[in-house]
Amino acid sequence: MLKLTVNGVSHEVDADPEMPLLWALRDHLNQTGTKYGCGIAQCGACTVHLDGQPVRACQTRIGDIGTAKITTIEGVSGKVAEAVRTAWRGLDVVQCGYCQSGQIMSAIGLLSENPKPTDADIDGAMDGNVCRCGTYQRIRAAIHEAARTLA
Amino acid sequence: MLKVRQATPPVPSRRAFLGGATVAAGALVIGFTLDPAKFAQAAAGPDLSGLPPMPNAFVRIAADDTVTVVIKHLDMGQGNTTGLATILADELDADWATIRTTFAPADATLYNNFAFGPVQGTGGSTAIANSWVQLRKAGAAARAMLVAAAAERWKVPASEITVESGTVRHAASSRQARFGELAEAAAAQPVPKEPRLKEASAFTLIGKKVPRVDSAAKTDGTAIYSLDIRRPGQLTAVVAHSPRFGGTVKSVDDKAARAVAGVVDVVTIPTGVAVLAKDTWSAMKGRDALKVTWDDSAAETRSSDAILADHRKRLETPGLVASKKGDAANAIAGSAKVLEAEFTFPYLAHAAMEPLNATIEKASDGTYDVFAGCQLQTIEQAVVAANLGVTTDKVRLHTQWAGGSFGRRATPSADYFAETASIVRATGGKAPIHLVWTREDDMAGGFYRPMVVHRLRAGLDAKGGITGWEHRTIGKSIMIGTAFETMIVKEGIDATTVEGASDTPYALPAYRFEVHNAREGVPVLWWRSVGHTHTAQAMEVFIDELAHAAGADPVAYRLGLLGGAPRLSATLKLAAEKAGWDPKKAADKNRGLGVAAHESFGSYVAMVADVTAEDAKVKVNRIVAAVDVGVAVNPDVIRAQVEGAVGFALSSVLRNKITLKDGVVQEKNFDAYEPTRMSEMPVVEVHIVPSTAAPTGIGEPGVPVIAPAISNAIFAATGQRLRSLPLDLSGLKGA
Repeated sequence: MLKLTVNGVSHEVDADPEMPLLWALRDHLNQTGTKYGCGIAQCGACTVHLDGQPVRACQTRIGDIGTAKITTIEGVSGKVAEAVRTAWRGLDVVQCGYCQSGQIMSAIGLLSENPKPTDADIDGAMDGNVCRCGTYQRIRAAIHEAARTLA
Repeated sequence: MLKVRQATPPVPSRRAFLGGATVAAGALVIGFTLDPAKFAQAAAGPDLSGLPPMPNAFVRIAADDTVTVVIKHLDMGQGNTTGLATILADELDADWATIRTTFAPADATLYNNFAFGPVQGTGGSTAIANSWVQLRKAGAAARAMLVAAAAERWKVPASEITVESGTVRHAASSRQARFGELAEAAAAQPVPKEPRLKEASAFTLIGKKVPRVDSAAKTDGTAIYSLDIRRPGQLTAVVAHSPRFGGTVKSVDDKAARAVAGVVDVVTIPTGVAVLAKDTWSAMKGRDALKVTWDDSAAETRSSDAILADHRKRLETPGLVASKKGDAANAIAGSAKVLEAEFTFPYLAHAAMEPLNATIEKASDGTYDVFAGCQLQTIEQAVVAANLGVTTDKVRLHTQWAGGSFGRRATPSADYFAETASIVRATGGKAPIHLVWTREDDMAGGFYRPMVVHRLRAGLDAKGGITGWEHRTIGKSIMIGTAFETMIVKEGIDATTVEGASDTPYALPAYRFEVHNAREGVPVLWWRSVGHTHTAQAMEVFIDELAHAAGADPVAYRLGLLGGAPRLSATLKLAAEKAGWDPKKAADKNRGLGVAAHESFGSYVAMVADVTAEDAKVKVNRIVAAVDVGVAVNPDVIRAQVEGAVGFALSSVLRNKITLKDGVVQEKNFDAYEPTRMSEMPVVEVHIVPSTAAPTGIGEPGVPVIAPAISNAIFAATGQRLRSLPLDLSGLKGA
């Protein structure tokens, strides 16, 4: 049994320590907001926070997490998360929405470190998050909007 | 902002839908359907005479004032749920904050797509167009019944009653009621045969900024996609497929797979070998441990290069004539100038973000529940039933939000539904089965945009006017051999191979469009905008070449040929104007503007691309688009679809291709088939042509013009003409 702290709640997971966090979240803890897109860290759909830092859950083995706190789209909160969600909704960023959990987790990570990102900063932080619907223009605008409301 | 959320899971009671209007748990249920044969007529006006009120429900009003709109289409991101709800809510004069939506069950009688005849499904950018009159009438009828109920209750003439934002009022007596207070009494009112529809000037939601109904759930992790379905006791199935299309299982050694912790069973099915496990990870590990020997005797074993070479060889011979006028060959022979060009197009995977998956659960009474991103419900239901050996009434479909599709979920063979059903059958329905295709399965699993080659030849007279146009295309037919063949294939010609070319709006004095159906074993399918993905590139780049050869401005040259296409002309003019198109302005070094205009699915789109091109690199700086989609039901969603089309298609212009080596697909994940990324996304500006014409779609029409606008801009920037996709930038130099 492995102990994982997800969104402030401690869980015991009966799974192979090699199992990627993505599948432990989705299949063992029924936290399906974190999405599977590629399994090889090329799309960012599975982005979660480990102690506040964005990571790809498909590349994070549950045996390596230890006591680090896991935050997913379902549980992410605070001033930055609120500003990001509000901006995303106000600009109707989503289309199919499947990648947006990961986009939002990356955007919160960016704004937590850098409250006033430039376009180049956004490119750097968000280039690992693929959106096949092509919502990038609105993602960029929403990040700028969230930064404005946080200022 | 307004809070709008998805209603509770979509399992509408069948009983509730019987009768033109019935009371179901205190709710007003109402709706109409139209005879498909009368769709065109009905689309033109509000006349319902001769059409019986059918037991088809699109709206329910509950005692708590919530209005639930039943959505008969799949929403794969294009936002049709919002648009469809808007149409009904406007005629109903509902309070948008009370609107909920739910996806309809499979029922071809109640929920067919008028553009598909007797088939329920989503595609061809038809959701809004085919529902426009139907949902307006459903909303208007419900409104009339609420008014009638209020008139009866207050003993006042119905004509003195007004409705606004979910409230019914009688001003003279200062009485008012919310929808919920009247819902039950309204349901007892007769269904009006000819509900009066609003004048466009009275619309309160249509044409306005209405927020998407799915923004909240898709930003907090609560939106449920079919990959998120969790049924009690379900097993996840991952299938080993033949690495070659058409290959079959010869023998299986599953000993090591069965030894993997979490693996419950291994079964051989027609499409491969399925590993069933308690979670996805274990199923994938189990599959890795399988040893399968494949029989390739009936498989496609050629490389894509060899298939392309075959295409080119067949293009030397005459094909089936898709359309012709005059004697094009003769007209070209006497020309002052003759231009020729070849365009090649690779296979393309749809690569939606949510890989294909479906869940089927057997109920205790021997019926089945299917949970998936259902896009062709009628066919999917029939295919599941056939594979389970039951009649279609034993199969219930529960459509979920889809994580993209771009055409892939609308497969006429319902391939992944059939595969799920075959696993359920092989395991006796003991546990719900969730079939999950990994990214690799999804990308290497076929059903690609066909590999296509176009060859064109045209003549110009001394003044630069076109004398004749010869055009030969080869590609595998999408439709031949499917349930849609009789609808779309005429005399061997699949309209989806030549659409956008053989029906060109350009005034050509003589032309001949021929087509070959390629013979190959690679499964092909429509890919967002279907034939237009390649015909628009061939047409719009070649027209550009002719304009330059004629020494003419590319916009003016097109307009000169589009006299018979006023809407496309107007759209092109708007795009050019908004982009600051100026033929006299000298181009910046290595930077140029390119234009393209194209009609698809009844919508008109023009784009001007601003591109910097040098040293084997292209940066698309800005795209200015103009669109004419008739009445713009939700302008913001329309803009989003065009912005998104650019992001979606850009990577197919710059790099994406699926190739085969000895029959084996080489690109299996986003590392080898890389989608557009944030840093590549140009600024996209979208302008909507004001229109009162019946609305058409915008899910697909933004796509076709992107590649030619960029290709033409590269020519403007560098003088180098790139035709084939993806663009080969290797030889690109600065101007």
